[in-house]
Amino acid sequence: MKVNTMAEMMANGETPDILFWVGCAGSFDQRAQKITKAFATILHKVGLKYAILGKEEACTGDPARRAGNEFLFQMMAYQNIQTLNAYNIKKIVTTCPHCFNTLKNEYPELGGNYEVIHHTTLLQQLINEGKIVLKEGGSFKGKKISYHDSCYLGRANDIYEAPRKVLEALDAELVEMKRCRTNGLCCGAGGAQMFKEDEPGDKRINIDRADEALETGAKFIAAACPFCNTMMSDGVKNREKEAEVAVLDIAEMIAESMA
Amino acid sequence: MQYIQQVLFLVMAISAIAFFSKKVAEIRRNIFLGKSEDLSDNPGIRWKNVLLLAMGQRKMFKNIPVAIMHFIIYAGFIIINIEVLEIVLDGLLGTHRLFLPYLGEFYGWLINIFEWLAFGVIVVCVVFLARRNWINIKRLVNKDLNGWPKTDANFILITEIVLMSLFLTMNATDQVLQTRGDAHYMNTGSFVISSQLMPLFAGLSDSALIAIERSAWWIHIVGIFAFLNYLPYSKHLHIALAFPNAYYAKLDSVGKMKNMPEVQNEVLYAMQPELAPANAAPPASFGAKDVFDLSWKNLLDAYSCTECGRCTAECPANSTGKLLSPRKIMMATRDRLEDVGKNINQNKSFVADQKSLLHDYISVEELRACTTCNACVEACPVSISPLDIIVELRRSLIMEESNAPQEWNGTFSNIENNFAPWKFSPDDRDKWATEMASQ
Repeated sequence: MKVNTMAEMMANGETPDILFWVGCAGSFDQRAQKITKAFATILHKVGLKYAILGKEEACTGDPARRAGNEFLFQMMAYQNIQTLNAYNIKKIVTTCPHCFNTLKNEYPELGGNYEVIHHTTLLQQLINEGKIVLKEGGSFKGKKISYHDSCYLGRANDIYEAPRKVLEALDAELVEMKRCRTNGLCCGAGGAQMFKEDEPGDKRINIDRADEALETGAKFIAAACPFCNTMMSDGVKNREKEAEVAVLDIAEMIAESMA
Repeated sequence: MQYIQQVLFLVMAISAIAFFSKKVAEIRRNIFLGKSEDLSDNPGIRWKNVLLLAMGQRKMFKNIPVAIMHFIIYAGFIIINIEVLEIVLDGLLGTHRLFLPYLGEFYGWLINIFEWLAFGVIVVCVVFLARRNWINIKRLVNKDLNGWPKTDANFILITEIVLMSLFLTMNATDQVLQTRGDAHYMNTGSFVISSQLMPLFAGLSDSALIAIERSAWWIHIVGIFAFLNYLPYSKHLHIALAFPNAYYAKLDSVGKMKNMPEVQNEVLYAMQPELAPANAAPPASFGAKDVFDLSWKNLLDAYSCTECGRCTAECPANSTGKLLSPRKIMMATRDRLEDVGKNINQNKSFVADQKSLLHDYISVEELRACTTCNACVEACPVSISPLDIIVELRRSLIMEESNAPQEWNGTFSNIENNFAPWKFSPDDRDKWATEMASQ
């Protein structure tokens, strides 16, 4: 399965329908690479003409900005906007809510105007349009799934329903955690926390959230963010529940269930 | 004698309003010590926010029983003010129940509404005192409130109980006096709550009753004027500032951080020097070290905070035992701003005091614990953003002091050199795609 870069498409005189912004986690993190591959497989199967930036993609600058390093953020934004505008990009899909938020909300006033959608929204659209056809009696049928709201998808961008609608399409039993939707508890990774040790306290945030997810009795914890995925997986491992409870991205669940 | 009372009343009313206005002007001055920020766009949406968030208290209704109780106090406060209007006019004109002859039967109907509300306010204030002092509601017994804030909260509740009780006492004794045929005490008909208190006063002499009625009347109105002047020093100021704060609330997605055009331009000029103006001066400072560096909206936020702690209860850092408490961020900002205000009052203009919001009032450890998850912003019923302040202080820490944990310095250099927060070769960014091609 060939994944085209923008450079390759341009050389062939082609224009993609959508740019898949992979993000740093999706590109480099071994666990998140699986999400990337699952999503690319879906795009491939539904026949969407997409491309990636490949080596030309760079960190959006989200962690730098939120840590307080505006200079670094502006440098990254400048560079990315130059690249995206040079390719005349119109529409972007991303599997990372942090990239999504930055591209959608923070790049426009810096000169980067694109239609940006999160992969859960695109998946919902593809299901509604009948382009994604799911297997009868897939592996999630009737199973308990609990969806963890990512802060940068939910509170930051009001996307609560799309991921849930996608999960419902799996014929699974959706169970909500005590704190969900607007009250959802952070996984602990945002604001550049992912890249440093916790401040002194009596519990790690990801363990607190994993406990809440485990309390639901769900067999699958669905995430829609590679960082949440790491945090929740670590939390589940910490409670030695990784044999019984799997943390999966919604794209992985759909890829596995496609007819 | 009558005139002495009227003059006394006039003097008291004028001085109460004068003192209050002076303090309000001071708070206004303090708020505008912050940086300017244009928030005059989209008046339609902003008025809608005032209606829904401030008047409708929409976010309070996440917890319905508490929201209803809070609404009773709020409605009581606003509606009973109509009665206060009559009391003030009576005080100035030396009349008694001025509105009664004009309103007739409607007067009794109106007072009954006030009495129901007064009764409701007393009940709710007792419940709220219990929640604060005897039932361990986590956000209300939190260490943020140790000392003055806890006293402030209890004082407000007790004052409201006392004021309402005085109002009912005044009406009860008035009704007993009506039965004794005192012409001054015109027949009002029976009042629903205070009539239940009449037996308490039935055995007293006329003169004792008049003394109680007049004392209750005076203490009630003096109490209201005193409370008015207490407001600007108290967390209770939210009853006024919740409205402008809802109007000026952020309308963008909460995920969008405030841009720094000065940094944007610095980067632009570094990349494209031909665009740099000949006399481009570098920005004076980055982020916020002190209250002067925050926006005026951040400072309005600080004065609007009523220390309810819904933000802190929802904060993932706080609930896992970290030092950060969004409520404390707001309280510290107000404390600093008040200290700066006192400094200005004493010295005419601000004289450096070797202190700053960052470090002296808010510590690095607190700032470092924030995940920018926006739970505090979502939780706040009066549209405050503690996150805005946290982020501005973080900017100062990083860009002014180069004060970052070692791991973050590594992250920064990775982003700068490898275009990812981890130390991977940028050439491997699409390695996954190569792997897929060969599968």
